[in-house]
Amino acid sequence: MATHFVVEGLKATIEGKEILKGIDIEIKGGEIHAIMGPNGTGKSTLASALMGHPKYEVTDGKVSLDGEDVLEMAVDERARAGLFLAMQYPSEIAGVTNSDFLRSAINARRGEGNEVSLIKFIRQMEGKMKELEMNPEFAHRYLNEGFSGGEKKRNEILQMLLLDPKIVVLDEIDSGLDIDALRIVANGVNAMRSEERGFLIITHYQRLLNYITPDYVHVMMQGRIVKSGGPELAERLERDGYDWVKEELGIVDETVGQEA
Amino acid sequence: MTTQTVLPVEPDTLQSISVSNGEPAWLTESRVNALRLAAELDLPKLEKTKIDRWDLSNFGTIRTERPALTQQLPEGIASFVDLKEDSNLIVQHNSTAVYTTLSAELAAKGVIFTDLETAVREHEDLVKSYLHTLVKPEENRLTALHAALWNGGVFLYVPKNVEVDIPLQSIFLIDDATASFAPHVLIVAEANSRVTYVDNYISGQYDGKVVHNGAAEVFVKAGAKVQFASVHNLNEQTTDLINRRSVVDNDASIEWIVGEMNAGDAVSETLSVLQGNGSLSDAKVIAVGSGSQKLNYTTKAVHFGKSSDSQMITRAVMREQATAIINGITKIEKGATKANGEQTEKVLMLSPKARGDANPILLIDEDDVKAGHAASVGQVNQEQIYYLMSRGISREQAERLIIYGFLAPVVSDIPLEQLQQQLQGLVERKLGQ
Ligand SMILES: Nc1ncnc2c1ncn2[C@@H]1O[C@H](COP(=O)(O)OP(=O)(O)OP(=O)(O)O)[C@@H](O)[C@H]1O
Ligand SMILES: [Mg+2]
Repeated sequence: MATHFVVEGLKATIEGKEILKGIDIEIKGGEIHAIMGPNGTGKSTLASALMGHPKYEVTDGKVSLDGEDVLEMAVDERARAGLFLAMQYPSEIAGVTNSDFLRSAINARRGEGNEVSLIKFIRQMEGKMKELEMNPEFAHRYLNEGFSGGEKKRNEILQMLLLDPKIVVLDEIDSGLDIDALRIVANGVNAMRSEERGFLIITHYQRLLNYITPDYVHVMMQGRIVKSGGPELAERLERDGYDWVKEELGIVDETVGQEA
Repeated sequence: MTTQTVLPVEPDTLQSISVSNGEPAWLTESRVNALRLAAELDLPKLEKTKIDRWDLSNFGTIRTERPALTQQLPEGIASFVDLKEDSNLIVQHNSTAVYTTLSAELAAKGVIFTDLETAVREHEDLVKSYLHTLVKPEENRLTALHAALWNGGVFLYVPKNVEVDIPLQSIFLIDDATASFAPHVLIVAEANSRVTYVDNYISGQYDGKVVHNGAAEVFVKAGAKVQFASVHNLNEQTTDLINRRSVVDNDASIEWIVGEMNAGDAVSETLSVLQGNGSLSDAKVIAVGSGSQKLNYTTKAVHFGKSSDSQMITRAVMREQATAIINGITKIEKGATKANGEQTEKVLMLSPKARGDANPILLIDEDDVKAGHAASVGQVNQEQIYYLMSRGISREQAERLIIYGFLAPVVSDIPLEQLQQQLQGLVERKLGQ
């Protein structure tokens, strides 16, 4: 069955403040959606709410992946169902090596009795690390501990490559990446493009979208998607900024949750 | 505030038992004097642990005669030993050593490895000059009681320049709640020798309450290297009290590796006296507490020698209602120039009812030194759990990864692979996984 991910009227609060005010997105396998929008407009909140971060309370709406109710699932179940979020700020976990972590994650996704053999795992991991031009030593480092900003992002992409998700949410995967790393990461994403997989890419800059051409571009303000279009929308935003969108829609303060 | 001390045995009885066990007069006297001290002395003062409220009345009945070595391994210890031709093993069952073996090769080099009661008879002068000089009866009621009542035990002597490659092992097993269980470990490593000693304290099933009141004294002479590993795995009915101490001469080193895996209440102290110039101490302690365990663990280094170095690291995981007080004491005496002491104590609490307290203490009387400490007490980080779960890992597995990650800096540094695996297994069991 082709991947089909639907978000309908999603509302979410944090500490009682409503941040998401009704989000609708539909992503089919093979599609790439980009979300852009000024700081503090709810983009990461959307990503976190989709993944099930415990701090965000979903107060209304529906999310389904291939017909299954995502909001009913615990965080780990969502991941095993095929949802993947490359986080804007990945956690550091001392004492857990990257390779132990990756193997646990792969095995969790594959399920009991179907674990990958150690040899095969190492071969896979090393292969993907090579594609991402990561130093092999990163396999033995503690998970994200002391990684530079760009190294953490590459490590997120490594996880994406190894976990073979159905829906990939990338939250500012391009921030902190140097020019070469941006190309490498984009190649990684493009290599994953398939009819079976959909992408939701949160970004501030056109430069990532130069490498990964989106099918749809959405603009988020005030916890809502206020405008959608094709790749040309991202180009216009890059050139002209957000003021024209705000003017067009009569928005003064685009942020959300900042009661004056 | 001295409470009425009920002695576990009358001095006259202790005296006649010692005599009938064939112990030399000095030892009989040492025991009886210690028992008299026990009647007068207070319990030790512990940081934030009210040991005076603990039930410390069950020291067991003293064995009245000294049975011969049976050379039979008691049941239930097979998993701890891998007996080969050249094994070096001592097994104590309740109050008595039942099995001792030392390879012919080591014996030929002059290594002594036997139970301490035997050593008292066969190497009397040697034992006499060291026994109770590091853990002294006059310190408090518990050290006094230990000196009065110790039994079985281990004596390990490594002559000058002898290097022992394989670990020497002992097992202290208690499965009778009525027995007195108080092994004393005495190790003397002569100049430029090298040895590794590993012991396990284990218990079978019993209903009554037991106090294990033990001690270990380790003498590391100039240029010698001792690795001392100890795993305490006593059951819930057993209160474990132990003082582990060493004195380290010039350019000598001690490495402590301690696994506090008991199920009952426990107090332990692991102390290195860095007497010599250039002496080193490295202490690694991992602890897991569960149920309603009350635990008080201290690592301590006292620097006298110039350029002496101490490293202490304790990592404790507390679940359910367990309480751990973790103390680290670095004391640098005047004259110990260029000394360096580093300590870290960390407690990870897995439940809101678990309690942890880390107390790093630096006592420094010399200017020209380096010393540092780090301590932390905290719950499992929920952001980390979320991150791991977002990759499909279950909550239980995520917690497990974080716990092992927390212990990893100590566990992965353990130089003995078998011990590393054993501790890993025990941690897993204690965490109920
Ligand atoms: N844990 C939190 N506690 C309080 N407020 C929060 C929390 N998380 C998010 N918010 C608030 O919600 C609003 C939206 O934040 P969000 O991180 O979703 O923005 P964003 O669109 O991703 O911004 P950026 O482009 O800067 O990453 C902000 O005002 C933010 O301060
Ligand atoms: Mg964001």
